[in-house]
Amino acid sequence: MREVILHRPGDFAEWRDAARGLLAAQVPPEDIVWRQADESASLFADIAPLEPKRTVTLPRALVTTLDRVICHRDPAVPTRLYKIVWRALTDRRLLERRTDDDIDWLARADKSIRRDLHKMHAFVRFRRLGEGEDGRESFAAWFEPEHRIVRLGAPFFRKRFYGMDWAILTPDARAIWQDETLTFGPGGTRDEVPDSDVVEDQWRMYYGSIFNPARVKINAMRAEMPKKYWHNLPEAQDIGPLLAGAGARVEKMRETAVQLANPRSDKWRVRGEEPAVVAQHGATTLSELAQGINACTRCPLHCNATQAVGGEGSAEARIMLVGEQPGDREDLVGRPFVGPAGQLLDDALGEAGLDRAKLYVTNAVKHFKFEPRGKRRLHQNPSTGEIDICRWWLDQERALVKPDIIVSLGGSALRGLTGKSASISSVRGQPITLAQGERLVASVHPSFLLRLPDRQRAAAERSAFVADLAAALELAKGSRT
Amino acid sequence: MSEKTILQKLGVLADAAKYDASCASSGTIKRDSTGTKGIGSTGGMGICHSYAPDGRCISLLKILLTNFCIYDCRFCINRASSNVPRARFNPQEVVRLTLDFYKRNYIEGLFLSSGIIRSEDYTMEQLVEVARLLREEHRFGGYIHLKTIAGASPELIARAGLYADRLSTNVELPTEAGLKSFAPEKTSATIRKTMAGVRVGLDDAAEALRGRLLKKAKAPRFAPAGQSTQMIVGADGSRDDDILQSATSLYSGYKLRRVYYSAYSPIPDASSDLPPVRPPLIREHRLYQADWLLRFYGFSRAEIMEGADDGMLDLTIDPKLAWALQRRESFPVDINRAPREMLLRVPGLGTKAVERILMARRLGAVRLGDLAKLTASVKKVLPFITTPDWRPGGLTDSANLRARFAPRPEQMSLAL
Repeated sequence: MREVILHRPGDFAEWRDAARGLLAAQVPPEDIVWRQADESASLFADIAPLEPKRTVTLPRALVTTLDRVICHRDPAVPTRLYKIVWRALTDRRLLERRTDDDIDWLARADKSIRRDLHKMHAFVRFRRLGEGEDGRESFAAWFEPEHRIVRLGAPFFRKRFYGMDWAILTPDARAIWQDETLTFGPGGTRDEVPDSDVVEDQWRMYYGSIFNPARVKINAMRAEMPKKYWHNLPEAQDIGPLLAGAGARVEKMRETAVQLANPRSDKWRVRGEEPAVVAQHGATTLSELAQGINACTRCPLHCNATQAVGGEGSAEARIMLVGEQPGDREDLVGRPFVGPAGQLLDDALGEAGLDRAKLYVTNAVKHFKFEPRGKRRLHQNPSTGEIDICRWWLDQERALVKPDIIVSLGGSALRGLTGKSASISSVRGQPITLAQGERLVASVHPSFLLRLPDRQRAAAERSAFVADLAAALELAKGSRT
Repeated sequence: MSEKTILQKLGVLADAAKYDASCASSGTIKRDSTGTKGIGSTGGMGICHSYAPDGRCISLLKILLTNFCIYDCRFCINRASSNVPRARFNPQEVVRLTLDFYKRNYIEGLFLSSGIIRSEDYTMEQLVEVARLLREEHRFGGYIHLKTIAGASPELIARAGLYADRLSTNVELPTEAGLKSFAPEKTSATIRKTMAGVRVGLDDAAEALRGRLLKKAKAPRFAPAGQSTQMIVGADGSRDDDILQSATSLYSGYKLRRVYYSAYSPIPDASSDLPPVRPPLIREHRLYQADWLLRFYGFSRAEIMEGADDGMLDLTIDPKLAWALQRRESFPVDINRAPREMLLRVPGLGTKAVERILMARRLGAVRLGDLAKLTASVKKVLPFITTPDWRPGGLTDSANLRARFAPRPEQMSLAL
């Protein structure tokens, strides 16, 4: 039987060095007794020097866990950890064996440590010690963690409070940050730390005021902030009185529920201007039309869309482009054709020799129709009913802009312009005259081009698209003379 | 009226802020004070520095800049027509409080909101100014959550995103109709537009990050912890289905990190047309569970509603169990064979338990005796699974399976 005496409980280096020697000498767990320095030693222990028989390497993930779990207060920890590293040398997948008793114990011990660390980061309460000549403030805190975690917990405070000096004292150890150096020292006592702080009154006022007496849930509070921490939390002394008064406060709210309105409130309130009512009679200018479209509730699509997206462009445009409906990006930004399809359209317009600023660009339907799917909105085709309802606006745009040529992009646009459903191919390539007198050039929607998986076909369709736009330009030139 | 002290103002303006449920300080980028030699760090999960007796976490200093308000939202303690005491901080006072609290490790940072004074833009400007002072004058690296005032100009939203970790715009009520009758000055269109503005800011920042010339080049900052919103539950007649419908639409459109559901809680000097006293806490809890099913368990809203009754979630049992009881033909599932998506649908198995099961079964069959090491809710899981040495038999289809899980009727308990 071999005896290992640990002098610094919670110190990983000490245990690691001892364990490494024992593993190298192939001493099995059952032949070792791990003792704390203050326990009485056995008289019969083997004291022959250890002879290394192999080199020892352990998975990094395991070492990180061991480094934490060694801080656990359970006196059996050094023994149990040695058993685990002993097994890990021959079983490389040991850590993944969640149903193994040793690994289950390790996972639980580690969880307990991590929880304790988290609570240390949460519940340490600094009190101000003073201020140096350079204005640098210094603070101190007394904290009683469940395990020996000061070594693990301190770096968090260094990162967070670099710009002030601080000391955290616990019964086992202390951490001190000053002169931009973090040092550790022996445990301390509560009276080394000030017993109050000027800001504590404000903090307690905040604590009491943020509490909602109408939704008392004591168990939820105690599960996350166990009572053992309360005596070092300045706000915890108010828990009792707050709870005692909660019922009466709620009762008072009930009694005083109905009161007269605050007489001064009329002075503060400034009524917003009512949106102009254009919707019913039709607009006489484009800006009036934009207001009307903006306030449109003619079909339910407005309920989920961000905003209506009306047309934009030159009021004197000879050519009007009509798409289907705003997409995700258009809906967010409030302008037509600004997403991926808009990018393609802009490129194609350039190739066809058209300047977008001289066109009027709009959609058959003014609100985005979509199906929510997780973090994305999937485009849905508007129904014929929705297209027909939205013709109200498209017709007005046509009447106000009075273009000579209209390019319909996709089937929905065709429907919106003609009131009839027809396939694009049946009207493509042969301009037709609409009832209102404009010449219609039918083409596809640019998003159709974006969806084509076959490269060759995509290139061909894109050329056809540009050709349609160029044809529209030619027609416009012709009609001007 | 004499000027209130800081302590008095804090009392009024914290009291006025407590109906905002969010207190999260997670999900932002890693930052620490080593580089700036100031104070403040963020990253990883947020820390709850305290808990109030209402069970809510206290992570941030959550206050209003002022509770004067020109709006008259009926459910709100700060509405113009309410008789609550009013107070107003100036930006320096908020900065001072934040730093004082932060240095004592009371908080992770600041959550600043405000009543609407003068105009939406003026109010937003004040909020942005506090955040600017903290970041630029005091090198504060802690967490900042700013309320975006619906209707504030895009330029101000962009500036807010520069300093804040998180932005939030509350939709308050899930339906347009509810908003119309309870919050006359607000419209869901303005609220959604504001959220859309934040989303565009987030998208543009992400785009710029991808388009950097060099990996280490500084990326533009915009609210790295994203945006969130809050809906009040139980003030108007909205059903859970309406609420979840609104939530799914918001999650999909505006990249929200969280939708908070806040049980309508009685306020002092309440408007007479609002429900009295008891906030529907269990309903709120069920909505959060449903929200989790939507985001982490692969459920659709329609599926969750299969376990509901007339658009309202079952208050006695959780929504996953309620769904499973309607879909018993899908159970029991073989713990050792079922794909992850199906394991996630087993009542009692959370995302962590599912990961543990997947890991364990790679190294050998999971047996009945192993379950306790993998999940804390063995009893709940049993009717819905099989292992080599366990079959639920008729239990899965037994008529009283629901009764097995529904808590026995309990006596109304008092607060203490």
